[in-house]
Amino acid sequence: MSNLFDLLVAGLATGAIYALVAVGFTLLWQTSQTINFAQGEFVMLPAFLILAAMHVGAPFWLAIILGILLSMILLGLAFKLLLVDPMMRHGVLPLAIATMALAIGIKEAVKQFFSAEASPFPSIVPTGDISILGQSVSLQSIGVLVVAILAVVGLTTLLNRTSLGHQMQAAAQNPTVARIIGVPVERMILLTFLINAFLVALASLLITPIYLAKFSSGEVLGQAAFIAAIVGGFNQVRGAIAGGLLIGVLDNLAAAYVSMQYRAAVPMLFLIAVILFRPQGLLGRAEERTV
Amino acid sequence: MSGFAKPLKIALGLAVVAALIVVPMNFNRYGLFILSQWAVMSIAAMGLNLTLGYAGQVSLAQGAFVGIGAYAAAIMTTHGWPLPAAILAAIVLSFAVGWVLGYPALRVQHHYLAFVTLAFSTLAFLVFRNESWLTGGIYGISNIPRPHVFGLATNKPLPFYYVCLGSLAIVSLAVWWLIRSPWGRAFMALRENPLRAQSLGVDTRRYTLMAFAIGSALGGIAGALYAPLTQYIDPVPFNLSLSLDLLMMVIVGGAGFYFGPFLGAMIAVLLPEWLRFTEGYYLMLYAVAVMLLLIWSPTGILGILDRYLAERRTKAASALRAVAKSRLETVQ
Repeated sequence: MSNLFDLLVAGLATGAIYALVAVGFTLLWQTSQTINFAQGEFVMLPAFLILAAMHVGAPFWLAIILGILLSMILLGLAFKLLLVDPMMRHGVLPLAIATMALAIGIKEAVKQFFSAEASPFPSIVPTGDISILGQSVSLQSIGVLVVAILAVVGLTTLLNRTSLGHQMQAAAQNPTVARIIGVPVERMILLTFLINAFLVALASLLITPIYLAKFSSGEVLGQAAFIAAIVGGFNQVRGAIAGGLLIGVLDNLAAAYVSMQYRAAVPMLFLIAVILFRPQGLLGRAEERTV
Repeated sequence: MSGFAKPLKIALGLAVVAALIVVPMNFNRYGLFILSQWAVMSIAAMGLNLTLGYAGQVSLAQGAFVGIGAYAAAIMTTHGWPLPAAILAAIVLSFAVGWVLGYPALRVQHHYLAFVTLAFSTLAFLVFRNESWLTGGIYGISNIPRPHVFGLATNKPLPFYYVCLGSLAIVSLAVWWLIRSPWGRAFMALRENPLRAQSLGVDTRRYTLMAFAIGSALGGIAGALYAPLTQYIDPVPFNLSLSLDLLMMVIVGGAGFYFGPFLGAMIAVLLPEWLRFTEGYYLMLYAVAVMLLLIWSPTGILGILDRYLAERRTKAASALRAVAKSRLETVQ
């Protein structure tokens, strides 16, 4: 059974990373109806920004700070001002297509300016194994899990316990009324974009040491986060967290018990089942259908 | 395009068709391959335009249907069947699968539907890759023969380009007829206001499934031509990014415009080739171009033209009104 225990911990660790990415994804959807098809590439890019900073001689800790700041400027501020703002009023689909093009652009830029090869990436959490209750567990998994949980707890505290968080929720749920009662809606939307950029940078820091930094690594990750967001509930932060953990565990168990070839099919089938039988997601509220 | 006079439109259409027949005659092998690919992708994009642009159902699975058609054609023709039989099988198969994929559209809409079809796309890719007894797995299927048309071999690039172009012409005429038939109007009613369509007696359930099935069948035809075009297929070209590319073609060209898919496929297939002189940068430039275009005109290229013509018509109409008004005033 030690195998199963190990799988569960590893699954929760990857799941926690998926959850971070999925939470950012749902935040963008809630505040600005952006379906960000480049979310996976958003996770891939910060690792390369950090590597670039280290390349010009910055120590690791400084490179991390620079990388996160740059990500927030590029993937938060610039993304919103240059792409989302001009397109928001034209509906969901053109913007979604534009983010698909953005995903191609980011991938190609990384391939061209950095490298097409996978590069190793230093871990911010200690590696090795420790023994818990007689089971040996990867220290990295535990570290990833702890950092991700801290981030999620921090975010939910911000959203639910502070005035700023309440203003953000108001801006997301009913922008018109929020504006009337004096919430600076525009600034709140910008804030969610910055938070998303921070979350993807954090996810990048956590996942890249495990899977290496590669220009194409965003594809799988983006899809997993996508599925996590839908399965959990598109309109709920806690739904995205639950969805992320669930998909992470499911993915790892499928790899071990179904077959290596069809492991990717399991989350997909699960996704189809959830959409057909519980379209609002496992934890989501039912949305009014437009028609 | 209704702003042009009818004879002018017909002349323009004939000129384009003549150019497509004559100009490539002295193209090299690679140029003909790219042009054939444009014809094939136009067919697939036209199918998606029917599902998305006319009937308003978002699908991220068109690439999977191209794959289904390609594998059907590859498997059958390498076992000695003629290509027309394989195309027929591809149509029937993708029509049936598309019909089944339409069922989720009866329950969920918009982005949820997009995700169901996205999941289907990934599942189809896994089947292509893993069922090696049927599809050859990652090694794919090679030596796919090209057909004989009226006793003429089409092994050389130019004759096969004409096969692709001819198929495109047939499909274009069929789609032209379809969107002008009551079915086409029912599709548009479905897109604009499903509730009203239903209360007017349109069987929305059947037409939703039909929109999916016909759109998918066109994807199947495109695939059945793609297999003999490349003469070798493996699962990689039919992954999710083909579906995303096709969706991009439809939106960039102009969803819901008849000529949108032709233009969209032209940009997606030819623009990267024209940008090749920039070497590693060409896909980056392509991505930037698509984003700029969508920021400028979210309804695609034909959206720009449409807006321009609409503006000109309103200007002309208001000028006429002004003249009429001044005449009335002078009479008084």
